[in-house]
Amino acid sequence: MIDRDTILHIARLSRLQLSEQELQSFGQNLGDILTYVEQLNELDTTGIEPASHALPIFNVVRPDMVEHTLDEAGVFANAPDREDDFFRVPRMHG
Amino acid sequence: MVTYEAVIGLEVHAELLTQAKIFCPSSAHFGGAPNTHVGPISLGLPGTLPVLNQAVLKMAIQAGLATHCQIARRTKFDRKHYFYPDLPKGYQITQYDQPIAEHGSVTFELGGREYLVRLNRIHMEEDAGKLVHAGADRLAGSAYSLADYNRAGVPLLEIVSEPDLRSSAEARAYLEELRSILMAIGVCDGKMQEGSLRCDANVSIRPVGSDTLGTRVELKNINSFRFLTRAIDYEIARQEVLLKAGETVVQETRLWDEHSGRTMTMRSKEEAHDYRYFPDPDLVFFQISEAEIDAIRAQLPELPAARRERYGRDLGLAEADARILVAEPAWADFFEATVAAGAPAVAVARWLLGDIAAYLNDRHLELGQTALTPAKLADMLLLLERGTISGKIAKTLLEPLLESDKTAEQLVAEQGLTQISDASALDEIIQQVLTQNPNQVQQFLEGKEKVMGFLVGQLMKATQGRADPAQSQQLLRQHLEQLRG
Repeated sequence: MIDRDTILHIARLSRLQLSEQELQSFGQNLGDILTYVEQLNELDTTGIEPASHALPIFNVVRPDMVEHTLDEAGVFANAPDREDDFFRVPRMHG
Repeated sequence: MVTYEAVIGLEVHAELLTQAKIFCPSSAHFGGAPNTHVGPISLGLPGTLPVLNQAVLKMAIQAGLATHCQIARRTKFDRKHYFYPDLPKGYQITQYDQPIAEHGSVTFELGGREYLVRLNRIHMEEDAGKLVHAGADRLAGSAYSLADYNRAGVPLLEIVSEPDLRSSAEARAYLEELRSILMAIGVCDGKMQEGSLRCDANVSIRPVGSDTLGTRVELKNINSFRFLTRAIDYEIARQEVLLKAGETVVQETRLWDEHSGRTMTMRSKEEAHDYRYFPDPDLVFFQISEAEIDAIRAQLPELPAARRERYGRDLGLAEADARILVAEPAWADFFEATVAAGAPAVAVARWLLGDIAAYLNDRHLELGQTALTPAKLADMLLLLERGTISGKIAKTLLEPLLESDKTAEQLVAEQGLTQISDASALDEIIQQVLTQNPNQVQQFLEGKEKVMGFLVGQLMKATQGRADPAQSQQLLRQHLEQLRG
């Protein structure tokens, strides 16, 4: 179980508005997930470098070439709101 | 009374001059109609995968080497999370604990003294998009915002200095030197007005002699050298007033407002510093070999400090002139090409930094936007040096040279501007001038030396500036002395 303040904090960072019930259930869910993942701590990882990628591949790059991959219809296909050539988004406070 | 000193560090963001963006093939060029330089990856569409542009890695290594950094043999990318509509994915891909370059330094000169600023790190990251706040001029009054993602994913280097700077003048001189280094190695165009070079300043003050750091304030929105100086000076004064009144400085981010000439608290982004960095699993590790680093080092061009020194040592330029030329590689290249075309270096520098710079400033033009070429400037300066044209005529040729495709030689031939250096031709004109100005001649004979200037002026007028002033004066004097008998 993750405490309520932590859930509220994460929700604020993610711009999520949670109901009282959701606060409860997310606390439970996230707590369960963390407990599950914590099993990994039982392994002795002394001397093993942290990995951020599952495969031992390195230096994957692409050449510096411009390609036009999306036309205007594609760009705005999933936009909930647009104005002229812009995406229209909620007002931001600095 | 306690005296305070400022402690300043700069975080500089430099947009890299690649063709494509850092993790996708959309165009990285400045401008363009809104949302035309975008694709599935720069828009953060689900299911897309970033792949590093190899030019970004190379440029980052070049910048690291040019600033005496240690280049990482192994580097990776991390996600920095925050929710703001300029960031389509909800995180920025950047580098957290394994940046491409660390522990560098930049040396600059100010007031005849040399300063060294240590660099903490250089890392690669993607730029965010731009928001236009519609409905009002001010952010707070906007009804909604409009997002343009052309800039999202443009490659950036973030260059972080240690807090080694002690005044706004030092900060400015450091930024100027860093800018000219980045331009010299061809990784950034240095255009602060277009945002391709941006700067945040961390400013704190402490009693002189103390080694502890005061509470620092981060200044944002600095997009010119002038703003940098003004924002830092304002902030130092503001903090001094607070401390002298027994108050404390709040650690915060402040925005420079050029309009009011003040720094202002940005509405604090609640918990904004909880970025929850973690390694980006979409990108792999990068291993860089000593051989690759050496190959890039071997290809680095001459850096600004060496270029300035060469201009002084080999070409006889004054230090201040060398400094201005080298600060803008386009100018330095133009200067060198003109010298290579045979023109005397000191004269080239004087014309570039004098009349030509004045012309460009007046019209808000850049050198490359005029019709002037190094060959044309050299041609004109050689005519001047050989005495074919006078300095005065040379000045009148400048505008046509800047504005038309004609060479100095063509202009001189067309307009009959060749200098009259033949003494007998001048004798005749001098005789006329003396006959037309009997009063002044009389005054000169009575000992009024000053009148000489007037008579030379008349002679220049009569020859439409085609006489050599020194020679004219000499011949005039001979004529007058003869009259004295």
